[in-house]
Amino acid sequence: MKREVPLIICATVGIVLIFQYFIPAEPFGTLNQVFSDWFQVIGAFAIWLGALNLIKVSGNNVYKKRKDWPYSLLIIISFFVMVIVGFFFSGGRRFQDQGTAFSALYDYVYSPLTSMMFALLAFYVGSASYRAFRARTKEATVLLLAAFFVMLGRVPLGDTLTSWLPNWLHMSNIANWIMNIPNTAGQRAIMIGIALGTVSTSLRLILGIERSYLGGE
Amino acid sequence: MSTLGVWVGAILTLGILSFLYKDNPFYKVAEAIFLGISAGYWFVSLFYQSLLPKLFDNLGLTKLFGASNTDGALQTLFVQGKFSGQLWYLVAGALGVMMLIRLFPKGGWISRWPLAFIVGTTSGLYFTRYLASNAYAQISATLKDFVVAGHPGFLGWTNLNNLVVLVGVVSGLTYFYFSKEHKGTVGATAKVGVYFLMVTFGASFGYTVMSRMSLLIGRLDFLYRIWLGLIK
Amino acid sequence: MAIENKGFWQKLMTIDRRIIFIFIFVAISVPMFLKIELKIPVSPEVESLYQTISKLPDGAKVLVSLDYDPGSEPELQPMAETFFTYCLQRKFKVIVIGLWPQGAIQAEHARIVAEEKVGRKFEYGVDYINLGYQAGNEMVIQGMGSSIPQTFSVDYFGTPTTSFPIMQGVTNFSNIDYVFNLSAGYPGTVEWVLFAVDRFNVILGAGNTAVQAPQVYPYLGKQLKGILGGMKGGAEFEILTGLKGRAVKYMVGQTFAHTIIVLFILIANIAYFATRGKEKGKTV
Repeated sequence: MKREVPLIICATVGIVLIFQYFIPAEPFGTLNQVFSDWFQVIGAFAIWLGALNLIKVSGNNVYKKRKDWPYSLLIIISFFVMVIVGFFFSGGRRFQDQGTAFSALYDYVYSPLTSMMFALLAFYVGSASYRAFRARTKEATVLLLAAFFVMLGRVPLGDTLTSWLPNWLHMSNIANWIMNIPNTAGQRAIMIGIALGTVSTSLRLILGIERSYLGGE
Repeated sequence: MSTLGVWVGAILTLGILSFLYKDNPFYKVAEAIFLGISAGYWFVSLFYQSLLPKLFDNLGLTKLFGASNTDGALQTLFVQGKFSGQLWYLVAGALGVMMLIRLFPKGGWISRWPLAFIVGTTSGLYFTRYLASNAYAQISATLKDFVVAGHPGFLGWTNLNNLVVLVGVVSGLTYFYFSKEHKGTVGATAKVGVYFLMVTFGASFGYTVMSRMSLLIGRLDFLYRIWLGLIK
Repeated sequence: MAIENKGFWQKLMTIDRRIIFIFIFVAISVPMFLKIELKIPVSPEVESLYQTISKLPDGAKVLVSLDYDPGSEPELQPMAETFFTYCLQRKFKVIVIGLWPQGAIQAEHARIVAEEKVGRKFEYGVDYINLGYQAGNEMVIQGMGSSIPQTFSVDYFGTPTTSFPIMQGVTNFSNIDYVFNLSAGYPGTVEWVLFAVDRFNVILGAGNTAVQAPQVYPYLGKQLKGILGGMKGGAEFEILTGLKGRAVKYMVGQTFAHTIIVLFILIANIAYFATRGKEKGKTV
C-alpha cells in the first residue's frame, strides 16, 4: 500500500496527461482541467510544507539550544510577524493593495533583502573572474574570448573601441553573431540532449521503473 | 516611499552588504529576517491567491464562515441537494493535507500520494512537451533553409550561418553521445562540439556578469538616490 | 625547486578578494553620479519584439505574465514599466498574471509608473486587470489553454473574474492577441514556449534576466518573437519605444562594470602567464 498506491497514482495521471495531448476530447479534456486544478491546490500545499518545515527546523534549533539558536528564533518571529500582519492587519483578500501593512513589509523589508542577496553575487562574480578565470587550455581560451566579445559587445564601449573597423566587425555585431549562431547551436545541442533525457526519465517514472521519489521503506 | 521604510530597507541592505567584509552578527540578523519574512510572504500569498479562491471558495467553506457570498460544493449539495463538479476539490484538499502530514515523522509516508500525483502530472506533461518543443522543434529549426552546394546564394551569410548552426548542433550532440568512444571521426566531431560548447559557456558567462552587475546597480541606485538623496 | 620570493605578479594573483570588491563597488558607484549619454545599438531580437507589438491593432488583448521577484527587479522592472506605458499609449487591453506570487505586486508597481508617465490611468476591469498569482507553474499555463476564467476564478483583489468587461469573450489563449512574458527563471519563458506557444499557437515575446537569456535564444524565430535580454535588452526596448527610462540610465554603470571585469580577467591572465613563464624557467 505504501508504495503500490503512489505508483498507481503516478502511472494513471501520467498516462491520462499523455493521452490528452493527442485526444483533447472528453473525458481527457475534463480530466486535464481537473488535474490542472488539483495540481494548483497540491502545489500550494507543497510550498506551505516548505515554509512550515523551515519553522519546524528553526523551532528544533531553539528548543535544543543549538549553535546560533537566537537567529533561528528570529526566523520564527519574522515568519509570524509576516503571517499575522498578512492575515489580520491587511484587509483580507486585498492584502497586497498599496498602503496595507503587508505591502509595506513587502516593499521595505522583503524587497530590499531579496534584491541585496542577489546583488551580492556581483562581487563574487568579479572576484571569481579575477581569481579563477585563466586561459590554461585552448578550450578555456575560446571560452574567455567569447565572454570578452559578449561583455564588451553588450555595452556601448565595445562599439566605441571598434568604430574604426567595418560595420560587421563592430563589437555589438560580433556579440549578436555569437549569441545568435554558435551560442544558439550549443544551447540547442544541450536542449535536445536534456529533452531526450527528460522524455526517458518521464517514461521511467510513469512506468514505475524509477522510484527514487518514494524515498526509503 | 515612507522615510521610515526607506531607512529600514537601507539598514537591511547594508546588513547584507556587510557580509563582504566577513560573516558578522549584523549580516546574520538580516539573513534570519530574510528567511522568516520570505517564508511568511509565501505562506500568506498562497493562502489568499491560491487556496482561498481555488479550494475554500469552491468547496463552499468561505460561505460557511460568512467570508463570501458565492455558493460552493457544500451549499450545492446540502442546500440545493445537487452534486456539483466542485466536489472534486475535496480530493485535491485531501491530497494537500496529506502533503502537510510529511511534517510529522510517523505517518509521513502518506505524503507519497500527493507527491506521486505531482510526479505523474509533471512526467505526463513533460513527456510530450519536451519531445515536441525542445527536441522536434529544435531539430526542425536547425535544418531550416539549408542550401545544397551549387545553388545560388550558398555563400550568402544566412546560409553560412545556418551551416554553422547545423555543424554546432550535430557536433555538440556528438560530444554528449557517450555510447561510442570518442575516437576517429566521432572524436574529431566531438572536439568541434567542445569548442561550440565553450563559446556557449563563454556567452553565458558574459551574460551572467551583465545580470549580476545589473542587480548591484539597482541596489546602489536605491541607496544613493532614494535613501541618501545624492542623485536626482 | 619552487619559487621562494613572491614577485609582483604573484602578489597580484593572490590579492585579497575584499580589494577586488572595493574596485567593483567604486566602478559601479562612480558612473551613477555622471551624466553621460550613450549610443545604444539595437539588436535584431529586440527589434523583432518591437516590430511584433507595433503591428498589433489598437485595443488588442495582451496577456502579460510577470514571473520574477524583487531579486530581478533592476533588470525586469524597467521592461515592465516600458511595456505597460506602451500598452497604455496604444490602448491595448492588458491582462496581467503571475506564475510567481511577487509578479502580481511588481505589475501594480509598473502600472503606477506607466500611468504617471502617460498622465492617464488604466480603467480597471475595462482596459486592465490583474488576475494575480496561481500556484502550479506550467499547469497554470496548461489550464489557461482550456479556460482562463476557471484557472483564475478571481482577480488579484478577490473579485470574480467573469464580472469584468475586459474578460468578456476571453475563454482561453485563442482570445488573446499577444503574450508578453517577463521571466527570471522557473517557471518562465521556457514553460510559456513549451505549454502555450507550441500547444496553443500563442504569439509570445519575452523579457529575460541576462542569466536566462542565452538559454532562450534557440526558441527565437518560430517559437519566440523577440527577446529582451537583460538590462541591455531593456535599454534597447526603451529606445525603440521612445520611452527612455531606468534601463538606459543604468547602462552607464553597466559599461563601467563590464570594463572592470574585462580588465580583471586581462590582468589576472597576464599575471598568470608571467608567473607561469618564471616557474618554468626556475623550476629544477
